[in-house]
Amino acid sequence: MTWLWYIIGVAILVVPFAAMVLLPIQRSKPVLTVYFVLFVIFMYGPMVAMAVLSLQGTSGSMTLPAKDLFSFHWYSELNSSMSVMVAVREGIGKSLWLSLIVAVITAALSLTLGMAFRRQFRGSGALFYAILLSLMTPGLLLSLGLSFLLYYAGIQKGEGALGYVPIIGVQAVWALPFGFLVMMSIFNRYDARAEEAARDLGASNVTTFREVTLPLIWTGVFGAGLFGFTLALNEFERTFLVSGTINTLPLQLYIITTASVLRPYVYSLGVVTILLSFLLIALFLVVSGVTGRKTTRAVEEDGSGVDTPSMTPAAAGGD
Amino acid sequence: MTRVSDEQTGLVLKDVYRVFPGDVTAVSDVNLHVQNGEYIVFLGPSGCGKTTTLRLIGGHDDPSSGTITIDGEMMNGVSPAERPITTVFQHYALFPHKSVLQNVAFGLKMQGVDKAEREAQAKAAIDLVGLTKMMDRKPRELSGGQQQRVALARVLVTRPKAILLDEPLGDLDRLLQMKMRVELRALQRELGITFIHVTHNQEEALSMADRIVVMGDAVIQQVGTPEELARHPRNEFVAKFMGDNNVFHGTISGTNGGNVVIDTPHGTVEVPGTGTAGQPGSMAIRASAVKVSTDATPAVNGVTVRLDFAEYLGDSVKLHLDLDGQPFMAKVHEERYTEIRAFEGRDVTASWAAEDGHLLEQ
Repeated sequence: MTWLWYIIGVAILVVPFAAMVLLPIQRSKPVLTVYFVLFVIFMYGPMVAMAVLSLQGTSGSMTLPAKDLFSFHWYSELNSSMSVMVAVREGIGKSLWLSLIVAVITAALSLTLGMAFRRQFRGSGALFYAILLSLMTPGLLLSLGLSFLLYYAGIQKGEGALGYVPIIGVQAVWALPFGFLVMMSIFNRYDARAEEAARDLGASNVTTFREVTLPLIWTGVFGAGLFGFTLALNEFERTFLVSGTINTLPLQLYIITTASVLRPYVYSLGVVTILLSFLLIALFLVVSGVTGRKTTRAVEEDGSGVDTPSMTPAAAGGD
Repeated sequence: MTRVSDEQTGLVLKDVYRVFPGDVTAVSDVNLHVQNGEYIVFLGPSGCGKTTTLRLIGGHDDPSSGTITIDGEMMNGVSPAERPITTVFQHYALFPHKSVLQNVAFGLKMQGVDKAEREAQAKAAIDLVGLTKMMDRKPRELSGGQQQRVALARVLVTRPKAILLDEPLGDLDRLLQMKMRVELRALQRELGITFIHVTHNQEEALSMADRIVVMGDAVIQQVGTPEELARHPRNEFVAKFMGDNNVFHGTISGTNGGNVVIDTPHGTVEVPGTGTAGQPGSMAIRASAVKVSTDATPAVNGVTVRLDFAEYLGDSVKLHLDLDGQPFMAKVHEERYTEIRAFEGRDVTASWAAEDGHLLEQ
């Protein structure tokens, strides 16, 4: 029956294109809507299932169907399980710090790389692909390689503050291409004339960067940092072999979920972790919303160029 | 800055060349002396070197050879910031994240003027361009015309010796363009600052300039007042680029009084000037100097043409004529529109007085 699965797989891929090509726009819309609703269910379904399973009562099991709904039993179980909670808290604390550091490094490196790539230079093409290469390198290999390197260099993994350096290194290497691509796209749309005008008016290179360039590309730098943060927070395979005794949140979760007997509090832990991620993303969105400029309506050209009450967009910033 | 000459005030470009990598000559052999307080327009088709010349003057690019001086001070190698010149960039290049006031005050801030003083001066400049009520807006909240005024105020506030304007009216619609032409000119007269303006629009150049510098193929083709350029284009390039000129090519067959006689494929023409028989000769005649009639075609300075189309322009009628398969142009008074239109598709006579013709340099 394998061939049937192939046909179903191909059909799933073909449906949206067939709908777009064969149906008029008005009629393809509902088809595509249904398709993407199904897609989203497929994406978030497991999460929902996990959430439901985490809300079982005392007799709850590890598999569907859920029994004894709804109860916060496994949440309190999780809370009272000292070893798990300690491990998770420790993991969260370490991961947050590490991710923040990786975010700053990714933002800084992406910014400087983006600035460098505004002009072609000798080897710029090769460097471009070299940076993107880390997207394609299997993470475990990077981890393994660095692990060997540390061994031969006689560096003990996970020892003291220095133990964090390899972890930050592999996570930053992983996040850098994403941040770099963000900055590349920002500079692609960037208009350098404002900088030229600033220099023309007497600004030094440093002042031009501070007064003109940075405010205009700030959202990109922030985006690069956000990539660094989220990718570092989730990073597992690269961190795995170089972390030594330092357990980040994904590593702690791995240890907990591979432990001897699994009980539904693992689902509660999963839900808590996801909520934490959502909270962090929301926090970033709020921060970027505050630093980002308020959108305002542009004024229509009235042909006179002079101020008249009718064209005063004083309320423009209000909505 | 090195003082190289005390005699020459104003802006002097001497033997200026700009050759880009790959042997692309953008500017070649440019010599020009701009007096302080002049309104100069660089005019030419795209790629003629006018913008490169402006960038060389502004210090945004360096000449491959030749010198640029301002009031005797050598400008070669001097950064844009240190030149007593500022540029109004094409599309204005305002700082989108700064308010109008901050945009205008920027140059003074860079000069280290303290906040109260620079804001007072910036406000005065904003007032000068009539945008006092818009001071706290961001550029995107302004119309194109208002943005262009902010760009002007931003350079005026630094009190430069000269202002460079790169296609300053290019982003505006036609009505606003006409209005800004007058305003820019009035502002320049009021301030007495040298304005150097780059455009590809002949009408704009003619209406605004004290002197026009016509550039083509990386060289200066002609420098002159609007009237000189309109009446006496020096060569075929200028004659054609300024528009409304008809050009004849032929061989000089001799002289007649103060006139040169040129035999052309379309007949014999006479034009004031001197020349050697046997040499090639070209002349231009302005469309508005051409008389269109149904009279017999004169033997000299007259051609038989077919009237393809009479274009009504409000104050005149532009006649699109066909001279042996080539376009020929005439302009007549608006009153003759009805009369002339009746001849569309028919042959008419185009003639002109010898003294209206104009010998072109080869």
